[in-house]
Amino acid sequence: MDISHALEIVTETSSGMVRTHNEDATRTVPSCGLVVLADGMGGYNAGEVASGMATAVLGSELEKAFTVKSPHVMEGDRSWAQIKLETEIALTNTSIYQAAQSQPQYAGMGTTLVCAVFYDNRVTVAHIGDSRMYRQRDGVLECITRDHSLLEEQIAAGMITREQARHSQNKNLVTRALGVDPSVVPELHDHDVLPGDVYLLCSDGLNDMVVDEEISETLAMLSANLPVCAGQLISQANDNGGRDNVSVILIKVKYAFPATRAGETWWSRFWAWLTK
Amino acid sequence: MAKLILSMDNLQLKDIALNKERTTIGRKPHNDIQIDNLAISGEHAVVITILNDSFLEDIGSTNGTFVNGQAVKKHFLQNGDTIELGKYRLKYVNDAPPPASAPDFERTMILRPGQVVKPAEGVSDEPKPTPMQAPPVAPPPPPPPSTTLSVVGVIKVLSGGNAGKELELTKSLTTLGKPGVQVAVIARRPLGYFMTHVEGATFPIVNGVSLDAQPRKLIDHDIVELAGTKMEFFIKS
Repeated sequence: MDISHALEIVTETSSGMVRTHNEDATRTVPSCGLVVLADGMGGYNAGEVASGMATAVLGSELEKAFTVKSPHVMEGDRSWAQIKLETEIALTNTSIYQAAQSQPQYAGMGTTLVCAVFYDNRVTVAHIGDSRMYRQRDGVLECITRDHSLLEEQIAAGMITREQARHSQNKNLVTRALGVDPSVVPELHDHDVLPGDVYLLCSDGLNDMVVDEEISETLAMLSANLPVCAGQLISQANDNGGRDNVSVILIKVKYAFPATRAGETWWSRFWAWLTK
Repeated sequence: MAKLILSMDNLQLKDIALNKERTTIGRKPHNDIQIDNLAISGEHAVVITILNDSFLEDIGSTNGTFVNGQAVKKHFLQNGDTIELGKYRLKYVNDAPPPASAPDFERTMILRPGQVVKPAEGVSDEPKPTPMQAPPVAPPPPPPPSTTLSVVGVIKVLSGGNAGKELELTKSLTTLGKPGVQVAVIARRPLGYFMTHVEGATFPIVNGVSLDAQPRKLIDHDIVELAGTKMEFFIKS
């Protein structure tokens, strides 16, 4: 089921003001409601290779999987979206890991990942590392992923507060990454989606440079024009120093997008709408 | 590398490098920093160092631990903090500039489970750790945002019911116009003020020329037409 009419999706990326390479990568498949963002790491150009592999492989494999079978279909007690995200992430992890093992110039490469699939008025989000997904609903911004990072673990353990974390010198340490070990555990969650929501996927180059309040203000003021909004977020990060690559994917939910159930026809949906 | 400078009555006694994950402070001899004074408890406090961040924790001392005059149980140490224990002072110094030879240390790196976490060396003769494997030298603290523009721009309405009204552009973003009809945004950036079209079929007009999708830098005394209203942009002196 093509849901591209219900979602407006915009992507923007910049290598920032300091770096010469852009090791971030993004991929969007609007018809499947699929968005992928990865922030690569590793020497020379290996970071680009890892993030590029992650977005390309996941983008095309998940597109295939969700064209064959709709993501909302339940297989046992789990949705097809959850199952496919998990298995394809595992396979992508293996591909990156094997490339890193077999090619000396790629040794030690890896990438963070945040990947979301929208379907049936829901979104399933998988993430690894410190790339984030935010949701702006009714003017309130909320980060719906929790970083796999040293700082986040310290916050969870009560060692430091979120405010102190902003001043920490250990910002760049992630505790999970794709492609660095033979296996990886992604974190998966489902969230309800409402028309009017704006979702933001970003690499740490945005949230390290721009505080959440400013991100929220920009989303609130400029959500009427997503390309301008995305450009503004990038320039805010760069105006504040742009010390890292910065990438954003914005998704605005224009209409509800319930899944078509088996046996349902346009007439039964029309009848359901009439008798609602 | 971060260190503590022990002093009493403004007399500097010694420097203690924070090169261990736990540095204990107390009166008894097994402590890393032994202060043989009855005001200090046998086991008084501990400094936990994780890479380039250090935390001070009072471990149930009788007379308490103070940082910059405030009693603390647990404290995230910042460069220049002074820890007070009885008559003794411990100044926390962590101003290690990032080594110039290591431009890569701000990069995101993976910290593996079970990896030995040790404080980073400020200047080291060791081979540069390979990214992903070894704990990196932490990045310098982020610089203050450079969004401070020294001048303030103002929009003055020239026509319509609000003629004569002035709006100071002090926020990073200011939207103008009517939502659903025509909206433009003025962004306050280090290089000046920039206007961009946000929504509506017609684009804002600056000095008689219609904008395109690109941001347009506003210059002193530009005349802007938006949703049928004329406005002047000027820089406040």
